[in-house]
Amino acid sequence: MQLKVERRLEVPGWMSLLAIIVAVIAALFIGGILLAYGGLNPVVAYKQMFKIAFTDKYSLSDTLVKATPLLLASLGVTVAFRMKLWNIGAEGQLLIGAWGATLVALFLLPKDTSRPVMLLVMVIAGFIGGGLWGLIPGVLKAYLNVNEIITSLMLTYVAVFFNNYFIYGPWSAGGFGLTAQFPKSAWFPRLLDYADPYPYFRGMTAHTGFLLGVLVAFILYALFKRSQWGYKTKLIGDNPNAARFAGINIRRQIMLAFLISGGLAGLAGMSEVAGVVHRLQESFSPGYGFTAIIVAWLANLNPLLVIIVAYLFGGLLVGGDAIQPAGIPLMIQGIIMFCVISASLLTRYRVRFVRKDKVIST
Amino acid sequence: MEAASLVFIINIIGAGLRTGTPLLFATTGELLTERSGVLNLGVEGMMLVGALAGFAVSYNTGNPWVGVLAGMLAGGVLSQLHAFVTVTLRGDQVVSGLALTFVGRGLTAVLGAPYVQIRDIPTLPTISLPFLESIPIIGPLILFPLFGNQNVVVWLGFLLTPFVAFYIARTRSGLNLRAVGEYPAAVDAVGMSVAKLRYFYIFIGGVLAGLAGAALSLAITPLWIEDMTAGQGWIAVGLVIFAQWNPWRAALGAYIFGALRRLPLDLQSVPWLPFASNPILGVWLSMIPYLFTIVALMLTSNARSRKRMGTPAALGIPYVRGERGL
Repeated sequence: MQLKVERRLEVPGWMSLLAIIVAVIAALFIGGILLAYGGLNPVVAYKQMFKIAFTDKYSLSDTLVKATPLLLASLGVTVAFRMKLWNIGAEGQLLIGAWGATLVALFLLPKDTSRPVMLLVMVIAGFIGGGLWGLIPGVLKAYLNVNEIITSLMLTYVAVFFNNYFIYGPWSAGGFGLTAQFPKSAWFPRLLDYADPYPYFRGMTAHTGFLLGVLVAFILYALFKRSQWGYKTKLIGDNPNAARFAGINIRRQIMLAFLISGGLAGLAGMSEVAGVVHRLQESFSPGYGFTAIIVAWLANLNPLLVIIVAYLFGGLLVGGDAIQPAGIPLMIQGIIMFCVISASLLTRYRVRFVRKDKVIST
Repeated sequence: MEAASLVFIINIIGAGLRTGTPLLFATTGELLTERSGVLNLGVEGMMLVGALAGFAVSYNTGNPWVGVLAGMLAGGVLSQLHAFVTVTLRGDQVVSGLALTFVGRGLTAVLGAPYVQIRDIPTLPTISLPFLESIPIIGPLILFPLFGNQNVVVWLGFLLTPFVAFYIARTRSGLNLRAVGEYPAAVDAVGMSVAKLRYFYIFIGGVLAGLAGAALSLAITPLWIEDMTAGQGWIAVGLVIFAQWNPWRAALGAYIFGALRRLPLDLQSVPWLPFASNPILGVWLSMIPYLFTIVALMLTSNARSRKRMGTPAALGIPYVRGERGL
């Protein structure tokens, strides 16, 4: 009798879900070993992280705040990844989206613009800023076949310097790495703004950006499921040759995907400056754009699952902020990603015992 | 003026040789991995792990050479995660490589925290060649500024490129390497293991990325800070394409990029470029290496030229015996 590993033709849905859960548990376990190696008690550290992120209404609201940019940026990443376009520059697109929103809030529109108009124009500017930044690797990929992984990532570094020029130079408030504060009309409404009629909301900083993210998630879900565009992206992702023979203009679709992908990441940046920091400042994003890649991947590129996964990762960031050293969430994210890849690949195979004369599946 | 500008150019080249050396190691490593048919986007992560391991071990043992070995080993060990996922499980090479970078960044952020404040560590020695200065004319003008006081890793880099070029083009093992990247079925048919070869060259790529990291943290910028590679691992991946999978061009590219990385600093001393010393405007100069990576890729990525450029035919394709394709 002999052990044989063979490929499954179809992977049942419950199995992919189980694989992800097992993978996350395994990742936390491996992360725990590394934490212990770094001199921490992993059980205490995890407990503390969980307590800080998920137990009372304030921590749930903080988690929502961190989940918001992750949600929007992940949705952006999802659009590109569904076409097998590896846009890993969401971080840069997020930064430029924040830049565009800042341009509107501080310089283009007068201070006394009504809040809905101000926020709407900022949303548009954030989308356009991030979208154009994302379009650069898209155009290079579509016309010159330049590797989009490298270009989108290189542009992230360029975006950091670009923003630094403005916040230390012409837009700087007193030479520090930040701009002046936005006028109140450019702030996303927060729960605590409604503390007068509803005292329950006192001190809770969750803002409208999350609702925007949920809205975008449902729109994307509907588009992926029902629209021609959704069908085209899926076809190009699964089988570009078939898509070409079907007469789809692949170049245009690549550029469109990058535009939307970058635009949504730009919205994440806009939502962060309008909802949290209320100005543009240096390193206001602790790598949301990179974490968004893992979130999108864990959510299996499903926009509705992205909402849930982004929320859980928001908790990881909130909990991680509270314990030292600072890199713990980053490390756990990386390990989770590896475990999930391995687990999802393992579900593709089945182990069988093979005899000489007949085959018995186990 | 003439002599001054010559000195200036020589200084830039000398600095390029120095700052380009980690890039040279990383690019050469990725080149060998890709030549075997596997794309590993985890270079950045492996460099960081190598940099931290090198730094920490050098600090704790007092011997920088032990540190270098530790850095190489750390890069190599981390690379085997990618090997397992892509060769054994036949997973997506892009996703696995990305994950490797995340793991490397996160792991070093956590384990490196205690080392951030440390400055005094045993570093790799500089090789002093004072006799170069006594060579008439070109000695003091060119040879000495370029080679007179270079770190030992720079010399290691000078040796690596000819060795790798010879290895790939002229040895039996190099032939096997090229074969497994171009047509793995042929390698399989003559009875060699495709998987073993790919595991090996992924390991070598990891070792060289680890060496790149250790060279950075023990010689070029001897300290440890989070994310100290600042995208050099990604630039290395881009340089392999720019180099068209040729080790000589990889070395050239690495040195050019090394010089470009230093350019913002060098230009500060140029009297007729006062804006370069303005820290606010200097930000634009800092973009140059990243923008140049994009331009270099634009020039070399054209689909038509790609075939004759030497892209390994089986790059990115998992090998399954008897399946259609390569």
